[in-house]
Amino acid sequence: MNRYSWEKYQKQIPDDHYYYARSCIRQNFFPGSETIFLKILQEDLGIDILDDAKHTSCTGIGYHGDIVPLETIMTVVARQFALMTEAGYEHLVSSCITSFGLYCEILSLWHHFPELEEKTRKNLKAATGREFKTPKSVIHSSDLIFHFRDRIAQKAKYTLTDPQTGRPLKVVEHIGCHYSKIFPTSGIGGAEFPYVLAGMIESWGGEVVDYPERRHCCGFGFRNYIVKANRGAPVANSKQKLESMAPYKPDFIVANCPGCTMFLDKWQYTIAELEGTTYGQNGQGIPVLTYEEMAGLVLGYAPWELGLQMHQIDTEPLLNKMGIDYDSNEKYLGRNGKYMGRPEPCNCIL
Amino acid sequence: MGKRVIIVGGGVAGMQAAITLKKTGCSPLLIEKNIALGGKLNNWDRLFPSQTSANEIINGLTDEIASLNIKNILCGEVSEMRHDEDKIEVNLTDGNTYEADAIIIATGFDLFNATQKEEYGYGVYNNVITSADLEEMFRQGEVKTSTGVPPSSVAFLHCVGSRDLQVGQGHCSRVCCITGVKQAIEIRQALPECQVYNFYMDMRMFGPGYEELYKEAQEKWKINFIRGRISEASQTIDNRIRIKAEDTLAGRPLKLTVDMLVLLIGKKAAACNRKLAADLGLSLRESGFYAPKDNFTDNVCTCKENVFIAGTALAPKTIGEAMNDGTAAAIKAYEYLNRFENGK
Repeated sequence: MNRYSWEKYQKQIPDDHYYYARSCIRQNFFPGSETIFLKILQEDLGIDILDDAKHTSCTGIGYHGDIVPLETIMTVVARQFALMTEAGYEHLVSSCITSFGLYCEILSLWHHFPELEEKTRKNLKAATGREFKTPKSVIHSSDLIFHFRDRIAQKAKYTLTDPQTGRPLKVVEHIGCHYSKIFPTSGIGGAEFPYVLAGMIESWGGEVVDYPERRHCCGFGFRNYIVKANRGAPVANSKQKLESMAPYKPDFIVANCPGCTMFLDKWQYTIAELEGTTYGQNGQGIPVLTYEEMAGLVLGYAPWELGLQMHQIDTEPLLNKMGIDYDSNEKYLGRNGKYMGRPEPCNCIL
Repeated sequence: MGKRVIIVGGGVAGMQAAITLKKTGCSPLLIEKNIALGGKLNNWDRLFPSQTSANEIINGLTDEIASLNIKNILCGEVSEMRHDEDKIEVNLTDGNTYEADAIIIATGFDLFNATQKEEYGYGVYNNVITSADLEEMFRQGEVKTSTGVPPSSVAFLHCVGSRDLQVGQGHCSRVCCITGVKQAIEIRQALPECQVYNFYMDMRMFGPGYEELYKEAQEKWKINFIRGRISEASQTIDNRIRIKAEDTLAGRPLKLTVDMLVLLIGKKAAACNRKLAADLGLSLRESGFYAPKDNFTDNVCTCKENVFIAGTALAPKTIGEAMNDGTAAAIKAYEYLNRFENGK
């Protein structure tokens, strides 16, 4: 694919000293991702990033689900900024694209309507006694991995290739709607041909799959899935994407967003159960990774330390393709080697 | 030797202005930045609504220019202009300087760069082309996809880079609607089995014979006109183009896979306008095209009495309108140059 339009959207990313705001749901779905992100930055790259236990959910799920009013979420976000300010940081790194989109949205709102910022300052002061500076930069954690992708490539133990044949692995990348569809200039590569995940894939030896429904939403839209009766819509959206990518025979999917990663992974089971359809090869699903997990595999972290055993779609075929050295017996060992128990085998998807 | 008039731009408006001036006894000097006169018409095959050959128009004008011995400079790019009360100095990038008593700006327009509308994938997907690319295929006598086979389905998208504030082009380019109709018919004429779809916002059939051609396109050539914008184009595994759009008359979204997507690109104000306008103290419209002194009575004149403008330097126009402008600007220049003789 001709890349020039991806390169139009560049983003200034500072090189060090970040304040990290975790996602409220990722640690449940893909528990190793945020931990590995911090390890990669702090230990592999020697970067200063603060993981602050004091911050909370940004309440984005409630905001997009129409149960948290704008005034409330602005005050919650202002509190995150206040914590960052108190800790002496200026660059906010968000683990979640919905939070990232909201930080961008609120800063844009305050830029255009300064009276809203003033009101939020008063609300925060009255509620918590805190004050804040707005961040100098708002970064999504995939922006940081992208920023350091070449340094990661230099330290790589594995590449996104099949070592037997040298074939680049075919990777579907999904950036998630809130990353750059709201503010195209806030995301690397813009909204139409985003480069944030594609850049990582290419730097680490893989090949990006461009399929017709590449830009389509995974269906996570909060109001869609929060209301149980609406859940057919999210499944249908993911199905549309999976059907569209399947002919390209991707080796795996890498996603940017907590919800997208979860949906693209778990709905494969749902569709297999409902319809008996699988989208990978030989009755298997297509493995779905977070970008931190992808970076972790490249750097040689143990798959089970990355939390890959928590995925719905078995990642072992992918590990085998990449020639990764791992021990299947350790798959269900939890902290301190304690056996967590093996999930019941799933017959509808291998 | 008659009064000296420099005409910057050797497209149809500039050529027509030079011919008219010469016939009045003035000494026009035509400066064209490209290697041939004719402007963008050189890249066009046939013209709406009559399917007249573009070459026929260009040849007619160039023959007349030759027979009238009108001096012209090819590959002459203007670097700077200096305006005096009575004189204008034009410097070219090759170092030559020319003086004139009056000047006609006929610098035309730029084609909208379709890569700016990223969602359509121009420059990314080989089977997404522009109306200008298609015209080149018509000139070569063969419409083919990137794999070298005739398309069995083609979609046209109107208003790409026109009436679109997102890319800073709020104006209507006027000619794209009828160009879309003309090109759709030409596809059907060349490839009778090919399915053709035109996605439009609204059809602006303002010229004589345009509405009739639009009707003919529907009734005789069975072209499908769908009122709605394409929201995105993407490539399928077999290099076809998947379109997502909304049919606003049916009130529902649609998906369509075609062999080729043609973007009807708009007319954009020429990039040189800003510099030349600053040199001469002229004003531009918000769209970047030159603003005339008056929209009605002096619509080829400027606030400088010896500076005139013709053709698509003023706004998107048809070939006929641009040529009329050339004549009008030449007559206005002639009137100005002979103002003392006429007792003004």
